[in-house]
Amino acid sequence: MLEVRGLNKKFGQVHAVNNLNFEIHKGEVFGFLGPNGAGKSTTMRIITCFIPPTSGSVRVDGLDTSAHDLAVRRKIGYLPESTPLYSDMTVREYLAFVGRVRNLRGGKLKSRMDEMFSVCALTKMANRQIGKLSKGYRQRVGLAQAMIHDPDLLILDEPMSGLDPNQIIEIRRLIKKMGVEKTVIYCSHILSEVSATCDRILIIKDGGIVATGTPDELTEGHKSGSRYTLRVKGDGQSVEAGLNSVGGVSGVSIDDARDGWHSVQVRTDTKEDIGESLFRHIVEKGWSLSELRRDQTSLEEVFTQLTRSGQ
Amino acid sequence: MSTVIAIFKKEFSSYFISPIAYVFIIVFLVGTNFMYFQPFFLINQADMRNYFGLLPWVFLFFVPAITMRSWAEEKKSKTLELLLTWPLSDAQVVFGKFMATLAFLATAVLLSVTIPITLFIIGNPDPGPIIGGYVGALLMGAAYLAIGLWISSLTENQIVAFILAWVVIFLLMIIGHPMVTMKIPSALVPLFSYLGLFTHFESIERGVIDSRDVIYYLSMTGVFLFLNAQSLGRRKSE
Repeated sequence: MLEVRGLNKKFGQVHAVNNLNFEIHKGEVFGFLGPNGAGKSTTMRIITCFIPPTSGSVRVDGLDTSAHDLAVRRKIGYLPESTPLYSDMTVREYLAFVGRVRNLRGGKLKSRMDEMFSVCALTKMANRQIGKLSKGYRQRVGLAQAMIHDPDLLILDEPMSGLDPNQIIEIRRLIKKMGVEKTVIYCSHILSEVSATCDRILIIKDGGIVATGTPDELTEGHKSGSRYTLRVKGDGQSVEAGLNSVGGVSGVSIDDARDGWHSVQVRTDTKEDIGESLFRHIVEKGWSLSELRRDQTSLEEVFTQLTRSGQ
Repeated sequence: MSTVIAIFKKEFSSYFISPIAYVFIIVFLVGTNFMYFQPFFLINQADMRNYFGLLPWVFLFFVPAITMRSWAEEKKSKTLELLLTWPLSDAQVVFGKFMATLAFLATAVLLSVTIPITLFIIGNPDPGPIIGGYVGALLMGAAYLAIGLWISSLTENQIVAFILAWVVIFLLMIIGHPMVTMKIPSALVPLFSYLGLFTHFESIERGVIDSRDVIYYLSMTGVFLFLNAQSLGRRKSE
């Protein structure tokens, strides 16, 4: 569906996109993640033919963006970062305008507009001026605008910004529904959003790819060890020394006892689960144990780990 | 073509969403009527020569005000990013916007039809020069508009767009004026007076449509619309 090869974009001295290569398959919801200024929006602008790359190529459905830019633009629905809309038009006027620009006419235009009104829950707002809508509704108008021509590729740049949790769940459902038949590229720096919605994720930093894979692959692949949280009753110093001697443990931190119970954090440097050996060790020593939990590495940690500056 | 019409309709109706357009047209009509009719009974001639003589100066203020927001606002509110990622060629968008500004100007100018009607009631004017004058005024207006649109596409600040368009149009007006042509090397005089927006209006003012003037105004319009499309394309190599 989308093929990006050796993509570079320079703005003067700034190398905004640096040799990007990736592929997106049909029917995927593809998460494009990165800290602010990583080159996400620039990449989207190149794919949507708003700006050309300095070098490299983008192919949408086999069509090169530089040679067939109008044909490519017909296949794409795009919601830019700040949801720019004509604020002096009503929702209905605006969607009719976009539909006509997209070559929809008569009955076809009307049915697509009706569908957008119901899909994006805009029916009540149809005759309101866009400038007077709340952020959430503006966002929905932006989405309706991007989907009105039933595009094969839907590109959403930060679609959730400014939405309340209920709206986020709604839009997320909408994106998942779209993703069944269509291809969706979803840009964000909010990780929980992306991991909840996307089939595959690409993390970029300073214009280059730092990781790519499914959310599970990413969390698994970049796990450099696990963390266990325990509550142990016993003598603080001997507990610390004792747990440190268990195989695989790389560090133990223990806080002061409260009613004899210590809260203990154990870090390991292996991928294996050492929960059982921790438990056995504690039982052997005759300490009491009220909690033993292995903390999951979240995508958040992977992200911070990968995109921390100076790495 | 139908997408051009969609752009045209949207742009044209956007002028009438706010009351500014109406205020504008009223100021234009009251102003030009006042300036025309003040010496009218002194001159005691049933023609519109003096009216058309006013238009280059009135357009100097009126046209930059029409065109200033056309691109600058789209840039400022970032709607340009959507507009230029829709399946439209740069030429289609530029032409649609230009036609909308021209239609707006034509609306204002044609509403001054009260003047020829008055003339026909109180006198017996020759209709030829009046029709010629209107056609010529719109041709000149088109050239002004193309300049204003091009300048609007260079900035995202509407005030800057207005002032720059005023300056450029003013310069193009006066370079053919004797005031300037008397001071420059004589070799340059034909070029300057050919390029001057003003020189070509002299015969139009009298109601004579000369094909050279028509070609001049059409090519000025074409050149600046082309520059406009180019400046949209330039974002691409930024």
